[in-house]
Order: sequence, then structure tokens, then C-alpha cells
Amino acid sequence: MKRSLFGRVWPNVTAVVLFIGLVFPVYWMFATAFKPTGDIISENPVWFPTDVTFEHFKTATEADHFWTYVSNSLIVTVCAVVFSLIIALAGSFALARMRFKGRRGFIVGFMLAQMAPWEVMVIAIYMIVRDASMLNSLVPLTLFYMMMILPFTILTLRGFVAAVPKELEESAMVDGCTRVQAFRRVILPLLAPGLMSTSMFGFITAWNELPLVLVVNKEAESQTLPLWLTSFQTVFGDNWGATMAASSLFAIPILILFVYLQRKAVSGLTAGAVKG
Amino acid sequence: MTVQTERPPSGPSDVRKADGGGTGGPRARAASRAGALAPYLLLLPAAAATVLLLGWPLVKDGLLSFQNLNMAQLIQHVTEWTGFDNYKEVLTGEDFWRVTVRSIIFTAVNVVLTMVVGGLIGLLLARLGRAMRFVLMIGLVLAWAMPVVAATTVYQWLFAQRFGVVNWVLDKLGWHSMADFSWTGSQFSTFFVVTVLIVWMSVPFVAINLYAATTTIPDELYEAAALDGAGMWRSFTSVTLPFLRPFLYATTFLEVIWIFKAFVQVYTFNGGGPDRLTEILPVYAYIEGVGNQHYGMGAAIAVLTILILLGLTAYYLRIVLKQEEDEL
Repeated sequence: MKRSLFGRVWPNVTAVVLFIGLVFPVYWMFATAFKPTGDIISENPVWFPTDVTFEHFKTATEADHFWTYVSNSLIVTVCAVVFSLIIALAGSFALARMRFKGRRGFIVGFMLAQMAPWEVMVIAIYMIVRDASMLNSLVPLTLFYMMMILPFTILTLRGFVAAVPKELEESAMVDGCTRVQAFRRVILPLLAPGLMSTSMFGFITAWNELPLVLVVNKEAESQTLPLWLTSFQTVFGDNWGATMAASSLFAIPILILFVYLQRKAVSGLTAGAVKG
Repeated sequence: MTVQTERPPSGPSDVRKADGGGTGGPRARAASRAGALAPYLLLLPAAAATVLLLGWPLVKDGLLSFQNLNMAQLIQHVTEWTGFDNYKEVLTGEDFWRVTVRSIIFTAVNVVLTMVVGGLIGLLLARLGRAMRFVLMIGLVLAWAMPVVAATTVYQWLFAQRFGVVNWVLDKLGWHSMADFSWTGSQFSTFFVVTVLIVWMSVPFVAINLYAATTTIPDELYEAAALDGAGMWRSFTSVTLPFLRPFLYATTFLEVIWIFKAFVQVYTFNGGGPDRLTEILPVYAYIEGVGNQHYGMGAAIAVLTILILLGLTAYYLRIVLKQEEDEL
């Protein structure tokens, strides 16, 4: 009896400890952002902000070009995700549903593309973008971000398309749908979780991208939030309140998106990688 | 799209009849030829994008790696071919090999920790009650969703020398020499923080996916194992583990790629310092190439980095190749 009680208790205790460890950094970011500076630089940490201040958020948002960075990041990220979803949807349908010569070659090709270490290729990309006279523009950023997420999107969606029973599509076609209609009315709704998880992945990848924008866009008008956040930190240095407020502002869109979508989305992230 | 040609959208049900009638003739043949082309047309945009946006930079990188390209040549748009000079310089230098070994150890340690901790949490999720599972899930999702640039900044603050929470806690726990400890001061402590950061942000993906995979294991398998007299450990090794194997392979593969390329964490936390002692390959390529303006050298390091990554993942890629072969 005693042992079974122990057996029931330890998973819960472990879970609570893990929860605290996982959440604390996120909590501390927000807590610091709302604390007055005196509470931040105190010999003993103030665990719960009692005096709440918005001063740090004011400092962060009033920094030069903040809203330019926000809109640049949003434009680049959303466009990259939408383009890659459209392109990947077509490709993944072919890979999951059709038999043709070279299918395996395409799959392996996309797997290799997924591994591309973009971080080390920035020099080559810089040269290409410069030769095309496109430095300090959002267009190459969007295109390359799209490419960064495309292989993962296509491979994952392939798994989701393959999981939709072929019979559903066939019976829709028997009922008089064209293949495109069958795709739109029968398969597409069933792909919703797959579209969500892949767009989540794409969103976070593009939203975070730093090395490329660091090299390619040197002017503030065409820079994005990750760059702002890292340069903000060098400017504000030990002003942790402002830095944490800036980090919070950067993290909030993704946190909301994840918590909102997590149930639908997390189930299938490896589905594509495992089986197609 | 082009698939439409396969079935002309005429009347609803008579389409089938027309097809069933087997008119044969040129129309059907044209349709089947279009059908054979369809997959290629569907894949065309993706393939074109890959060739243009990934293939071209790769080729460009390869070309640059054979050039003497520094700031002067860059500004004057001069191309100076130097053959294998860059490779010779990189491969005969000590730095590259030291960074390579460091990168591989770094990747191995982080991937193993992530997989073990993540796997255990995944199994724990399966054992928890609903309420507790929900709580832990929220924690995982929050840590997972934290954008890496913001997460790195937060870790800098957590591990700050002055007023950082970690130093305060260690001091209170009786480790007084840690009260003013500078985590960015040494190679080991920098890697320690980066490892905590990476494991913290990578574990959720592994845990949630493995948990999702365990929920798909049919109960009958466990019942059968129990009937055969298998204990908990036995049923774990003979039912759970084999079932999870493909998921484990796939997530390990992704983690190897992601962690090997952990540029932002390392670069933002300490810039590869102190004394360039925490540079991993992507950071090394960036600092040599962009930072020190040896662009040709940087390109050569990039090529070598790609080859090393291919080597690290070759095993998994071979499995996938075989799997796809069996399918067709």
C-alpha cells in the first residue's frame, strides 16, 4: 500500500518540479519586465513583482525604428510561411499520392535540403543578393526564409496527406467531384492540423532568423526584430528591465500562437518524418 | 491545377459512365499522359525554389571557396582564383580541427541529454493523470515556444554575474564562491549555460512527440505481453521501445541537425568567447568569414561544415533511403 502511494506520488512531484524548471525562465522574463529597476537590481531577488511598472516597455517601444522592425518581421514571416505552404501543398500531394519515376530522389533531395546549414552559407547568399542589387530589401529575405522552411513543410505535409484514406478522395470523385474539388473539399479540411503544425514551425523559424539578416540588411529600414533585440541588448547593456521587456514583446506573438494551437498541432510534427 | 485534365468537369455522374465506357482513343491517352506529368508539375515550384534559392547559394559557396576573397576584392568586384589554397589553409591549421572536434562533442552531449530527458518526460506524460498532464504540457509548450533569440537573452539575465538569480540561489545553497561568478568567463561555464539552454528548449519537442507516439500503441500489445508474463521492464523493452523506434530515429535526426547548427545560442550568449574557445562550426565559419573578412576561407569552412553534417546524419539518411526503396 505504501509503495503504491509512493508510486502515485512521485510522477506528480516530478511533474511539478519539471513544470517549475520549464516555466521559470519565461516567468522571470515577464516578471523582470514589469518590475521597477530598484527591484531588479536588489541583493535579494524580488520573486513576485509587487509594484508593476510599464516603464521598461515604454523604453523598448520608443527605441528607434521599433515599429519598422515589427512590421518588417511580420511581413517577411507571414509571406514566407504562406508561400511555402502553397508550394509545399502541391509537392506533398504528389509525393504522398502519386507514383512516378524519381519520387525517391525528390524525397531524399528535400531531406538533404532540410539539413542545409544556412548559418554558414550567409557569405554566398550575401554575394548573390549584392550582385542582384537587392541588399537592404525584404524580398530576398522573404524568399530565403521561405526556402528555409519549405523542405520541412513539404515532408511533414506528405505524412499528413498520406494519412488521409484514399477512399475518401475516391468516393468524393465518384460523387462527381473533380480531383481538384476532391482535394479542396475532402483532403484540405483533414489537413488542418498538418497545416497548423507546419506553419507554426515555419513561423517560429522565420521569426527567429538572425545570421542572414545580420549580413544582408545593414540599414534599419529593412531589419527585423531578432536583430533589433540583439542590438538593443548591446545598447542597453545592463538595463535588464528594458531588455526583458523587449524580449517579452518579441516572444509574445509566438507564445500566444503556440498555446492557442498546441493541441491541434503538436500531435503530428514527426508524422511526416516517420512515415509517408 | 493541371490535374484537372484527368477528368473533364462535365456533368456530375455521367463522367463516370463516360470513363467506364472506355472510349479509349486519343483523348484517354492524352489524359493519361497528362496524368503522368502531373506529379512533376506539382513538384515544379518546390524543385525550382530549391534549385534557385538553395542550389545556387551552394554552388556559389563552392566557387567562393576556391577564390582569394577579402574585403579589397569584395569592394572592387575582383575574382582571384586560388585553387585549393583556402582548403589547404583551413585543413592544415589547428583551429579547424579543434572546432570540428568541439562541435561534434557539443552536438553529441546536447543530443543525448535532450533525447534522454525528453524521452523520460514523454513517458512520464503517459503515466500522469489528466490534470497534471495538462499542467506539464503547458510548461513544455511555453518553453518550446520561446523564440531562441529571446530565450538566449533571458538566460543571459538568469546567469548574469550581478543580480542573476542562478548565482543568488547557488550562494544561498551554500556555494558562496558562486555569488559573483562570471558564467561567460570560461569555456566550460559558457558551454554549460548554452547546454542548459539548448536542452531546455529542445526537450519539449521530443517529449510531446514521444508522448503522442505512445498514445498510439495498441493496448492489446501490452495485454499480450502481460499474458506472456512480462514485467514492467520487459514490456517496456519489448513493446514500447520497438514501437517508438521510428519516432526516436526521426526526432534524433532532427535534433542532430538543429543542435549542430545552434548558431544563435552560442553567438548571442557569448559571441563564441572567451578567446574564441566556444566557437562551434557555424560560428567559426561566420567569425572567420564575415567577422575577419576572409570570405573565401569562410566559404571553404562552410563547404567542410556541410560535409561533416552529412557524415553525422549518413546513418539515418541510409535508413530512409532503404525504407523508401522497400515501399516502391
